Amino acid sequence: MLKLLFDRLLTTIPALIGVIVVSFLLTRVLPGDTAAYFAGPAATPQAIEQVRKQLGLDRPLPEQFEHYVLDLAKGNLGQSLTTGQPVLSDIKARLPASAELTLFGLILALLIAVPLGVAAAVKQGSTLDHACRAIATAGVSLPVFFTGLLLVYFFYFILQWSPAPLGRLDVFASAPNEVTGFYLIDSLIARDGETFRASLAQILLPGITLAIFSLAPIARITRASMLSVLSSEFVRTARASGLSARMVVVTYAFRNAMLPVVTTLGMVFSFLLGANVLVEKVFAWPGIGSYAVEALIASDFAPVQGFVLTMAILYIVLNLLIDIAYRLIDPRMRSAT
Amino acid sequence: MDRRRFLQSTSITAAGLVAPTVFTPANAQARAETLLIVSESGPNNLDVMGVGTNVPGYEASWNCYDRLLTHEMKTLPDGTQYYERDKIKGELAEDFTVGPMSATFKLRKDATFHDGAPVTAKDVKWSLDRAVTVGGFPTFQMSAGSLTKPEQFVIVDDHTVRVDFIRKDRLTIPDLAVIVPAIMNSELCKKNATASDPWALEFTKQNTAGGGAYKITKWTPGTEVVFERNETWVCGPLPKTKRVIWRIVPSAGNRRALLERGDADISFDLPNKDFAEIKAAGKLSVVSTPYTNGIQYLGMNVTRPPFDNPKVRQAIAYAVPYQKIMDAVLFGLAKPMFGAPADKATEVAWPQPHKFNTDMAKAKALLVEAGYPDGFETTLSFDLGFAGVNEPLCVLVQESLAQIGVKTTINKVPGANWRTELNKKEMPLFTNIFSGWLNYPEYFFYWCYHGANSVFNTSSYQSKPMDAFIEGARDAAASGDAATYDTDVKGFVDLAFADIPRIPLYQPYINIAMQKNISGYQYWFHRRLDYRAFVKA
Repeated sequence: MLKLLFDRLLTTIPALIGVIVVSFLLTRVLPGDTAAYFAGPAATPQAIEQVRKQLGLDRPLPEQFEHYVLDLAKGNLGQSLTTGQPVLSDIKARLPASAELTLFGLILALLIAVPLGVAAAVKQGSTLDHACRAIATAGVSLPVFFTGLLLVYFFYFILQWSPAPLGRLDVFASAPNEVTGFYLIDSLIARDGETFRASLAQILLPGITLAIFSLAPIARITRASMLSVLSSEFVRTARASGLSARMVVVTYAFRNAMLPVVTTLGMVFSFLLGANVLVEKVFAWPGIGSYAVEALIASDFAPVQGFVLTMAILYIVLNLLIDIAYRLIDPRMRSAT
Repeated sequence: MDRRRFLQSTSITAAGLVAPTVFTPANAQARAETLLIVSESGPNNLDVMGVGTNVPGYEASWNCYDRLLTHEMKTLPDGTQYYERDKIKGELAEDFTVGPMSATFKLRKDATFHDGAPVTAKDVKWSLDRAVTVGGFPTFQMSAGSLTKPEQFVIVDDHTVRVDFIRKDRLTIPDLAVIVPAIMNSELCKKNATASDPWALEFTKQNTAGGGAYKITKWTPGTEVVFERNETWVCGPLPKTKRVIWRIVPSAGNRRALLERGDADISFDLPNKDFAEIKAAGKLSVVSTPYTNGIQYLGMNVTRPPFDNPKVRQAIAYAVPYQKIMDAVLFGLAKPMFGAPADKATEVAWPQPHKFNTDMAKAKALLVEAGYPDGFETTLSFDLGFAGVNEPLCVLVQESLAQIGVKTTINKVPGANWRTELNKKEMPLFTNIFSGWLNYPEYFFYWCYHGANSVFNTSSYQSKPMDAFIEGARDAAASGDAATYDTDVKGFVDLAFADIPRIPLYQPYINIAMQKNISGYQYWFHRRLDYRAFVKA
């Protein structure tokens, strides 16, 4: 197991180097002049040149790259010009917000989509199956910002059930002591019921928005995978042996049907983490997606590079976790390597 | 799941949603003493003198630092509080005298910085030295008032500072009342300076080192800024609001929802459409004020055909659908800069409307006269950063120009790229906005029409008589020669309208909406919010 981990990590090194080089080059070929943007509305060409010099953008590309890599080795991702903070501290502060929201949305989606998919497969062709298809199609065809705005409109503006869409906590509440960076968990650790309720209330709408969007792939894959497993021979044997329907579906079929679902889950998670930019914008969520987009609009290189790098690392870790999950679910995988 | 159980579970979920909105008493108390402001973007630096400080950063600086001087307020007929351009009073200076070649400032003896250190002449000198030395925007702004060298700032005694003029310039004194020359706690800054950063720019980026009416107690970049009142502030009446929370809410729809639901107190810089609808609904109080010395215009590159021909430029000026832009794009929320009566005399003022109107027949005739009977093709560029106004505006112009045979392709330039494109001065036809902090006609014209060809002379307009009028007006203003000043101002305005290298469209408005119990909004030349006067009833 350890050897496997080590081998897998080793193969990620070329990928990481590639990401560093490409993200550096891509940000430089983007149109837009950082210096002109940050020299302000009343800048003279001289002022712009001065800013360019201060930012080190007047030096040749190889030299800029060398500086970037050296800083990176020291764990320094550079300075964001849009927020004025070191990129590392920005990412540290914002990644948990995005991760919490994404995980929350994903768990919500799982809780609904997996039972729905299983039920649809077991009762193929029933009303439930059609409902599953309808929900999945609707979920994936509604753009997230639209669902988000719609939910805000109904639950905040009209019904007033939900608190103001102002990010992770109400303006007058204070954040729990940071342990994991996830407010829901941190407030539980601090045994602070009020903060827990407040942050739950805040995360509910954006979480549901994300869940609606990610329901579709999970439900569809669960259904398809369950269908193929249910029609396989071992299930028939189990049925013929007189095992209860519950035993057949839950113990035998479900576990075997989980492999493709886990794979999809990994993909959906990484996709959501990057794609929840719009949800973050709608709910003023201080996450990493909106951070990267704002930086991109201002041609602010460092945060964009930092974001791409963080995402690359996350993908690598995620893939590793999925591999490990495979082994836990499917004993055959353990002996394969 | 059967129907009954489904209904049960949904009602439980609903109950869970309702519970958290109940306010605790402590919250209610805090709410009454706090002003909650929402806007689209927040500061990237708390120091106006920093590298690349954005416009929201100016608001942080304005409220946390004092300057030597500031402006008085006046009340407009519609009740809006508006700064008095010509009435300047002391802020940190309790008294000041302006001589022919210098000005002397007596500092308040009781003024202190947030850390309790007294404000002395050496802090003032250090801060002004910093402003003219750090380079970039602050140094440039100082030079607009002929403040360029540290030697100009002299310590007379502990509480007296003299500013020497390098030349007579009417803008020197007003330039000491803009945001840039903020007075900083020099000892605190020096303590945090390093060899590579002698002016402690890194420190003041994250911390306020001033003595202003508010201090920042929490700043989460991109999310919120929390201001607390400085209880020992002596440079004006103590502000009524104890705490100001400035939340960044990127979605315009949500900002409006927050305001209409009563969760936010003030929404800054609303889209015109929202503003018009909020005003019609009448549940909130709204203020809309024209940008001082600011104009949205249609610019043409006069160095190349076809726009090097004044007849073509006039033809375009007759083909712009001015009124349609006012109605459909701006919802009437702007001051028209077109269609002055033909017999109206030119005023000694800027901005003022020109005499062009939409007249397609005249436009077509001028185009024929200029030798383009079949029109021509060109591109029309705009800044995507302000697409809300620019895009519909350009579409209307495109439609209208097509009627006289001028085919335009619309070129959308991303916000980050706009400044670069302007600097290149290659776009043939474009729309843009310019507005100056200092509200003087010759200041606007120097940047936008003078042959020195600054970034803002986006048309690359060159004219000897124009330069002579502008320089004449500047000199006349400095020496107090009113008659020459008036002639020169009228001269450059007339020439700008005759040659029409840029077609003024309208003076934009800045829109603020707030709850009915909020009062005390003040319009300042920098257009950002001044928290000191706000009152929450």
